[in-house]
Amino acid sequence: MRVRATTSQTVGPFFELGMQWLNCDNLAGEGVAGERVAIQGCVIDGDGVGVPDALVEVWQANAHGKYAHPEDRRDKPLEPGFRGYGRIPTDQRGAFRFATIKPGPVPGPRGKDRGKDKEQAPHLVISVFMRGLMRRLTTRMYFPGDALLATDPILKLVEPARRATLVAKIIGGGALEWNVVLQGTSETVFFDLGL
Amino acid sequence: MALRPKQKAKKRSAKEPADSVQRQVVAGYRAVAVGTQPNHLHRPYVSSIKRSPTRLLVRIPYTLSEITGPTFDPKLVSKADCDLTRQHKAAPLGERIVVSGRVLDEDNRPISNTLVEIWQANAAGRYQHEVDQHEAPLDPNFTGCGRAVTDSEGRYRFVTIRPGEYPWRNHHNAWRPAHIHFSIFGPAFATRLVTQMYFPGDPLLPFDPIFNCTADEKARRRLISVFDWDTTIPEHALGYRFDLILRGREATPMEK
Repeated sequence: MRVRATTSQTVGPFFELGMQWLNCDNLAGEGVAGERVAIQGCVIDGDGVGVPDALVEVWQANAHGKYAHPEDRRDKPLEPGFRGYGRIPTDQRGAFRFATIKPGPVPGPRGKDRGKDKEQAPHLVISVFMRGLMRRLTTRMYFPGDALLATDPILKLVEPARRATLVAKIIGGGALEWNVVLQGTSETVFFDLGL
Repeated sequence: MALRPKQKAKKRSAKEPADSVQRQVVAGYRAVAVGTQPNHLHRPYVSSIKRSPTRLLVRIPYTLSEITGPTFDPKLVSKADCDLTRQHKAAPLGERIVVSGRVLDEDNRPISNTLVEIWQANAAGRYQHEVDQHEAPLDPNFTGCGRAVTDSEGRYRFVTIRPGEYPWRNHHNAWRPAHIHFSIFGPAFATRLVTQMYFPGDPLLPFDPIFNCTADEKARRRLISVFDWDTTIPEHALGYRFDLILRGREATPMEK
């Protein structure tokens, strides 16, 4: 007998009570290979105001493009001390910041490791939770200037004018800025994964 | 709910060299049934108005990024983490209950070794959180958070106290029904779920904009736990069962 997936409900305003223990804003400890990146941004609501009670979750591959997960069966090295998971609540201004390494490219929807138009540009997959949001939003953050952006099979599915919402910007000191804009003309692209 | 055009299965070009690249099979997750999940915008839930996206979500195919997801060392969770009544010097006030169930997928397969996090108000309806200034007492013996890792049969079990109902400011005389928040990871980024468990017979359920966000009545009803004699402990605690169902898997694509 087939059963139906449980209905999502909002994380509410008090999620830190149950979720804070797993907060992680520094994904890559010492000795983890890869280009270090500092990422910061804001979650911004329809009034242009920062959301002070949002939670950002990050999932990413390591610098070799390998996910620390049993279903990534490719023969690529895992990095000890790198799990690829981050959990960052926003602060009073709606800002979040975290440090990690730039992941390597990973295969596209058809599972190819290499080959034109099939590999995905380095990216983070992101879930956003907050009071007022009955089910999470899923999106991605890509890295500016990466040669693979032009051929990324997921970015291609997004209308060109909106793609920039998925790519971080370089700001002072080499840090990256990437915002989650919930509404309006610069609304971030959110994805439908059949959720 | 967004319309979801069927994705055309693309044929693999015959000219492509079959073994020149390493293959990674990508089996996605089935889309949820229409109406069984809330829309992002639900006007009676006022906070959703400025926080829900206004543009259509962009449908994308599954890739390795979405069929993988964080895994956690079960050692992160201790036995004490699943008994919310023994985290302090004395027992918390309130009615002790056992909340247990299984994490399964839509094909009834148990999801073992996955992290379940819960948080809740105390018996008086107050959260141990600075944002909650509701005029009800805090309980020095109750924090209201717990976690567990499912066993090989997908089972989890918490001992806690029954949370109180509490007022909120969504509309005049708004009260949340008693509930426990649940956060579950499952095997992949695609299966991540945050939800709330309610209690049978709660008179506030028909009036709660959050509970009623979901169109499908049966889906809503599945958020209500079931009183259960089997897990009720004589002279000690009532048992409530709450199964969590994560999305089912697409069939694995055929290897060439």
